[in-house]
Amino acid sequence: MLVGQSNARCALPGERAIARGSRWDRLRARRWFRTTAAGVLPVGWVVVFLLVPYALLLVQSLWRLTDTQEIVRWPLTLANYQRLFGTALYPQTILFSAGIALRVTLFSLVLAFPLAYLLAFKVRRHKNLMYMAVIIPLWVSYLVRAYAWKIILGQEGILNGMLASLGLISAPLEFLLYSKWAVIIALTHIYTPFALMPIYAVLEAIPPNLKEASHDLYAGRLRTFLHVVLPLSLPGVLAGCTFAFVLSMGDFIAPQLLGGNDSALMVSNVVVSLFGVAFNWPLGAAVSVVMLTLVLLLLTVANRLERHFDYRGDPGRPTKTDPLGAIVTESRR
Amino acid sequence: MEPAPRQVPGSLEPGQGRTITESILELRGVSKRFGSFAAVDDLSLSVAPAEFITLLGASGSGKTTTLRMIAGFEAPSAGEIWMDGAPIHALPPYKRDINTVFQNYALFPHMSVWDNVAYGPRMRRVPQAEVRTRVDAALAMVHLEELAKRAPRQLSGGQQQRVALARALVNRPKVLLLDEPLGALDLKLRKEMQLELKHLQTQVGITFVYVTHDQEEALTMSTRIALMRAGRIEQLGSPTEIYDRPASRYVADFIGETNLLQGRLRDVSAGGAVVEVAGHQLRVRPPTGAVAGQEVWLSVRPEVLEILPAGAAPPDYNVIDGTVEEGIYAGAVTKLRLRLASGATLVLHAAVTGVSARPDQPARVGWPVERAVCLAG
Repeated sequence: MLVGQSNARCALPGERAIARGSRWDRLRARRWFRTTAAGVLPVGWVVVFLLVPYALLLVQSLWRLTDTQEIVRWPLTLANYQRLFGTALYPQTILFSAGIALRVTLFSLVLAFPLAYLLAFKVRRHKNLMYMAVIIPLWVSYLVRAYAWKIILGQEGILNGMLASLGLISAPLEFLLYSKWAVIIALTHIYTPFALMPIYAVLEAIPPNLKEASHDLYAGRLRTFLHVVLPLSLPGVLAGCTFAFVLSMGDFIAPQLLGGNDSALMVSNVVVSLFGVAFNWPLGAAVSVVMLTLVLLLLTVANRLERHFDYRGDPGRPTKTDPLGAIVTESRR
Repeated sequence: MEPAPRQVPGSLEPGQGRTITESILELRGVSKRFGSFAAVDDLSLSVAPAEFITLLGASGSGKTTTLRMIAGFEAPSAGEIWMDGAPIHALPPYKRDINTVFQNYALFPHMSVWDNVAYGPRMRRVPQAEVRTRVDAALAMVHLEELAKRAPRQLSGGQQQRVALARALVNRPKVLLLDEPLGALDLKLRKEMQLELKHLQTQVGITFVYVTHDQEEALTMSTRIALMRAGRIEQLGSPTEIYDRPASRYVADFIGETNLLQGRLRDVSAGGAVVEVAGHQLRVRPPTGAVAGQEVWLSVRPEVLEILPAGAAPPDYNVIDGTVEEGIYAGAVTKLRLRLASGATLVLHAAVTGVSARPDQPARVGWPVERAVCLAG
């Protein structure tokens, strides 16, 4: 009540002078204080734990490490970036990581889409239970899940044991563990729920009578899927793919546990070793900044594409354009 | 009526028998059960080509379920559906020569108006050039040429409704199903669209099966109305038949406004009968098979009632005395509520302006004998 009144008075121009020192003024001051106090914590959190570290990282990437492991803070230099892009090693590492992430994304999508489709359209009873069954692994510690794959894929592991007892192999398969495939399998397992959630959400939101309308207009199941369900699910598919790609590209624990020699080729592991083993913090910071930039770029593109394929809001947007056209339209605004 | 084994019960009215060769769509003993609940219960109906038939009923009467079975979205639990001399109840919706206008239009949000309308022909692999002419013609028919490039969500409710109509009609189906298509529109637009739909139907000559719970809409547009109740057809007939000759108390009450007077039959003979209502002897045509002493209901429409001067009544009139309870001016008519000696009330619509309606004033009302309907229950 009091807050409401002070609020209404705020709308009057010039009333501040009139009400100076009055009860309303004090009330408003208290209100301002309360709002500010409530805002300080989240804003402070972001500044202290996000913006400041990023700024430090950026500054640090402009420092230089001498041959005698001394850090030269001034003058700032782009030497790290020159080295980064000058040698084939780092771009290759980034590409290799992207390749792994791409495969993880693909496998996650292949697993998540049909599952989300089944959950959204076919499962009628115990729908929430089944959805929970997919989501629950997210609450199991990441390390546990990564280690589980070590047990499954190892030389003495469950998979080799099973294949051997079936008589399919005579000696344990060695390529299973400590290879990029182990990393891909584990990351796919870990990030599939992230891909599933947004896909399930968009599929759930498709009104059932759109499918009926499509059937009514002579389209069978396949064509209804291709022309109605798939286009309408694209925002969720994009969101899911972005999750899977970005998360697996930045992952360094699963590669370290399961990747063996291949893990050295994942960019996050390179960063870890630059900071932790080589103590070349400036170069590590530079690689991090490049990665951060790439991921932000990717997120921006994905976000714009998602908005392009989202048909619910924004009545002014064109309906039929190719994905690239969408980016052009968006950036023109 | 001649014995005709292939005729369908429910589709027939005396002197108006149709054989199946004349019907484009036919439901034969169709039922739909959800668990133990029968949404549609042994329903038979025969629809003639170019007919505008309305399935009218309250919610839960089974009208939408019936429509969904014709469209193919629900499979009947029992019975058969025939179209153009061939059974269709086992076909999926996309193999039926039937199109539907959905309740909330169900336009594809990711396609333009034009692409929405072109969807059906494209799925049928109609040549591109013909698709173009047909879609343009369909959009012209509903006056939406200008908006072809718009997205559905950029259109008003009435425009979306027209797109849905064009999207269905562009396929030139044998039967068009409409599921409460005007339900989401405001009253004025609804009235306009009612007439437009009716004109369109006459123009294209396609059979319309229309579902609504709005009795006025049904009366305005239909060639025949099937009034549904609890999964069955309570009465099937032309709007006038349904309105003037309701077959049951339920129909009389559902369609329009009516006064239902409870009474007891006396002196049943070939020429007619007398019903005793609140001490008055009223001449009626008794329901078939009625016997003297039976309890019946008399349905008299408010607009049929007239205020009569005291004294002798016209010869073919039934007369009842009552007291005015209140009079409500409603523009074109004045609505009078009268209380009878029995305690029952009677509503009368007097077209004459300036009818004196002072409360507690005694009034004598009457109606032509043949304008009231006597119902068994």
